[in-house]
Amino acid sequence: MRTVFEITDRPLDVAGVIGGVADSAAGAIAVFAGATRKSFEGKAVRHLEYEAYAPLAERALEEIGTEIALKWPQTIGLAIAHRLGTVDVGEVSVLVAVSAPHRREAFAACEYGIDRLKAVLPVWKKEVFVDGGVWKENPEWERERGGEPP
Amino acid sequence: MLLFGPAREAVGRSRTVMELPTPVTAAKVVDALSTAYPNLTPLLGRSRVVVNRRYVDGDASIGPDDEVAIIPPVSGG
Repeated sequence: MRTVFEITDRPLDVAGVIGGVADSAAGAIAVFAGATRKSFEGKAVRHLEYEAYAPLAERALEEIGTEIALKWPQTIGLAIAHRLGTVDVGEVSVLVAVSAPHRREAFAACEYGIDRLKAVLPVWKKEVFVDGGVWKENPEWERERGGEPP
Repeated sequence: MLLFGPAREAVGRSRTVMELPTPVTAAKVVDALSTAYPNLTPLLGRSRVVVNRRYVDGDASIGPDDEVAIIPPVSGG
């Protein structure tokens, strides 16, 4: 399985991520794009700020790749890109792309990829409002297991 | 010691140094942080400790050259 991982301060490139997993044997490419919402509990979000523990994040992405290769051995390519820094409302903050011979395993592996990312990736998001901000906490985070795979 | 996200904001910087006799356990490091930065205490209860880029339990031993990081609840995606 081919993997392309990127943690970047720059806007994410959907076409580039798809290109990273495209393959003549892949009949399906499933892509998940996570974007920033404009409001939280009725408050207008100005923008979001992301930061990461980069070396640990790279390791976490590699572990997600290993898990996907084990669960869906037909997977051909996996690309995950996460943006850091200031992200405006409506912009894409995360991309997961999976290529496989057929769509069912591509969809399944793609969903698994974003679910695991939200559980284990050491990235922190702050929603910034006009009058302050709040650090988010993913309900998926597996504090007790410390990000060990299921 | 490396601090991220809400932990970094509570302390006011991304890196802090603690003077502790080593080897010291991860739990003792968290206790010392909590004492030094009381506004960090509630968050520490929901955080994990990473030593040399591996998650550790409270009884893990930490030496002077180890890279220690506090990992608050993550919110990637």
